[in-house]
Amino acid sequence: MRKGPGKIAGFSLKHVFKKPATISYPFGKLQLEENYRGKIEYDAESCIGCNICARDCPAGAIKVVNVGTKEEKSFQCRLDVGHCIFCAQCVDSCPKKCLRFSPHIDLAAFSRDSLKVTM
Amino acid sequence: MSGDSKRITIPIGPQHPALKEPGCFTITLEGEKVVNAVVGVGYNHRGLEKACEARTYIQDLYIIERVCGICSHTHSTAFCQGVEELAGVEISPRAKFIRVIMAELERLHSHLLWLGVAAHEIGFDTLFMYSWRDRELVLDMLAMLGGNRVNYGINTLGGVRRDITPEMKQLIHKTLNAVEEQNKYYIDLALHETTLAARLSGIGKLSHEDALKYGAVGPVARASLVDDDIRVAEPYAAYDQIPVKVVTDGHCDVFGRAVVRVLEIMESIAMIRFALDNMPDGDLAVKFPRKIPAGEVFSRTEAPRGEDTHYIRSNGTDKPDRVRVRAASEANWHGMQHMLEGDYLADVPIIIAAIDPCYSCTDRAFVLKDLDRGRERVWDWQSLKRYSIDWYKERGFDASKIKLAERRI
Amino acid sequence: MLTALFHIVIFPGLLFLGVYALFFAFLDRKLYARLQNRVGPPWFQPFADFCKLIGKETIIPEGADRRVFVSLPVFALAAVTAAFIYVPVWSITHPLYSFEGDLIVVLYLLTIPTLCFFLGGWYSTSLYATIGAVRALTQLFSYEVPLFMALLAPAILAGTWSIAGISAYYAAHPLYILINIPAFVVAMVACQGKLERVPFDLPEAETEIVSGTFVEYSGRLLAIFKMAIDCELVVVAALISAIFLPFYAANPCLGFLLFVVKTLIILVLLCLFRASMARVRIEQMVMFCWKILTPLAIIQIIVNLLVRGSLA
Repeated sequence: MRKGPGKIAGFSLKHVFKKPATISYPFGKLQLEENYRGKIEYDAESCIGCNICARDCPAGAIKVVNVGTKEEKSFQCRLDVGHCIFCAQCVDSCPKKCLRFSPHIDLAAFSRDSLKVTM
Repeated sequence: MSGDSKRITIPIGPQHPALKEPGCFTITLEGEKVVNAVVGVGYNHRGLEKACEARTYIQDLYIIERVCGICSHTHSTAFCQGVEELAGVEISPRAKFIRVIMAELERLHSHLLWLGVAAHEIGFDTLFMYSWRDRELVLDMLAMLGGNRVNYGINTLGGVRRDITPEMKQLIHKTLNAVEEQNKYYIDLALHETTLAARLSGIGKLSHEDALKYGAVGPVARASLVDDDIRVAEPYAAYDQIPVKVVTDGHCDVFGRAVVRVLEIMESIAMIRFALDNMPDGDLAVKFPRKIPAGEVFSRTEAPRGEDTHYIRSNGTDKPDRVRVRAASEANWHGMQHMLEGDYLADVPIIIAAIDPCYSCTDRAFVLKDLDRGRERVWDWQSLKRYSIDWYKERGFDASKIKLAERRI
Repeated sequence: MLTALFHIVIFPGLLFLGVYALFFAFLDRKLYARLQNRVGPPWFQPFADFCKLIGKETIIPEGADRRVFVSLPVFALAAVTAAFIYVPVWSITHPLYSFEGDLIVVLYLLTIPTLCFFLGGWYSTSLYATIGAVRALTQLFSYEVPLFMALLAPAILAGTWSIAGISAYYAAHPLYILINIPAFVVAMVACQGKLERVPFDLPEAETEIVSGTFVEYSGRLLAIFKMAIDCELVVVAALISAIFLPFYAANPCLGFLLFVVKTLIILVLLCLFRASMARVRIEQMVMFCWKILTPLAIIQIIVNLLVRGSLA
């Protein structure tokens, strides 16, 4: 059984006055889940500098360095967002839970260097 | 123009609007009819298998997931299953069910994506827009469950990373109802719209015997009445506890492949509903060793595009000795030449699209066939590099002095 | 002389037609988007596209005949603009330039763009363009016959070959419009081929032959070609509305408003056609045009002759 052509016309016409499914990004509001795997955030206070995150990172994008002295440890997380593949394995691997992901995804930049962030 | 004066040879690709990834199809035409087609893939070799050998198992998981952008979950499931078998770890029933739910949601979004791409190839952009709009609903579900729209990253060695809460369950049920409603309309449309049927019927023929001969898999095989589905033939994850109905069709053409896919969407919806309602309680992931005992394993899953196989060989360290991935498209390329010949040029894009091809998932090694001299060469990395430097030197650009910046963090 | 120049260049000639065509292109795209549940482009998008193309580098292929290659877009645009002069815009009782037989002239002038697309593709000496050109010509031979016959059938009934005359006749006898409904349908379907829109956009068929005839055109030349296509849409819509929707107002302002409304109705129908179908294959297109559209148009002509005879 074949129906005539243009069967979708009625269906389309019904949608003319409905709210469009697309938004004018970047002006519209993007809805993201709370647990969306965006840019990694770092909490230096609870970090112990074990670097398990760096060991498990498939892209070699993260590294924790000690910028203080051997006695007075102070950690910094160096993340290359350009290399990060947003798998959030570091978040899972971290024994002290000092890493977490944020739903921050607008990360485009004009140079590769500005994608390297220190937290 | 070359060869016989009546014939022209036209390249479709490597860059062509109909192809979403680079692949070169050298089509010889007589008028608008295809008399010969040469399938050329291999423009997108990424060295993923080699990359896996250089990383630990837990890192490989994310590399493997990126073999394919659409069927990412099925690849990581195959890999996880293999490594779990090597390590002798049994994962919890709940994790198995979550894997199945993700796999079926992935099938939903992949088939809706295919429907849109196929509609676009034949110039039916309205259907393309609508099916992709509804695919967004599924992608939102996947983002909610896994944390990303395509590479969900829900699998981990020894289980899954995230749980499905009762609220999520409710939401998924609601979305499934909407998708089912829409899909019923698409089924009606795909089966009965005149221009659609006129464009899809009778092209890209692959008879039952040919499908077996060329080793077609997935919807391509099932549209040729090959009752082949890993979910039934060799149930993995929780598929042994969920009723799976294999959809087959006897059209043996692109129309049949479309029918199989839209009907499979309905089956997947039913399976997700069943899995959600019958999900057992249990842990998400079990403790997993970093070092895997030596051995080798062959793991199969049913990707939306067909059978996906992974071969993993371990040597007792935390890195695999060898990983071999055969994505579903690789099996389906073999019949492509047969499907293309005898059809019109206008049908070439849709026939290529009908196997739902993945180019970069498929590309593994460089074998350049020198047709004039009739010999084959396998190029390794060094000789390829030398070749490219020489190629540019001939054209007045010396690339040998360029040093690539060391990667530093 | 000066008024003639004004008519040709400003209103209703090139400038008005161009602006109206861009407005039409916007409406077409917006409606197409809304039919697909999308937001669609902002109102200035076609204008922005045009300006952007004008500013781009024009590349002429090595193997192409330079003079022919450059002049074809201009020819296409000129032919379309010339055709528009004869289509009544604001009044059918006092048309600008009208003579007995201008319907034929307009139809012939509207064939020139298609021939320009063919020649443009042919002279590009590119594989895709050549295939597109051959398709354009094949298509021309399929839709042109039913389109011509569908537009001539009302003329036969009206007993005049001038567009304004036909409009005036049907305005005086509004019920006769109903007789022409099959011809209207045929004309609407066939003009999709003329305008190279889905389901008959085979010469361009982006996913098959990249963009067919226009594959080698770029920059300013492409902009002129695109403009010619947009203008052609307006002219065809105006022509069909003048022949099949002959409602008119004596007041020129009101008449102009009515012209806008009528052409918009045609545009909406054309857009709906475009949105609801898949592209057909060339042999399916030829079959359809010769086996369904042409017999339908012939029957219409016979019916109109009979009606004409019984009236006389």
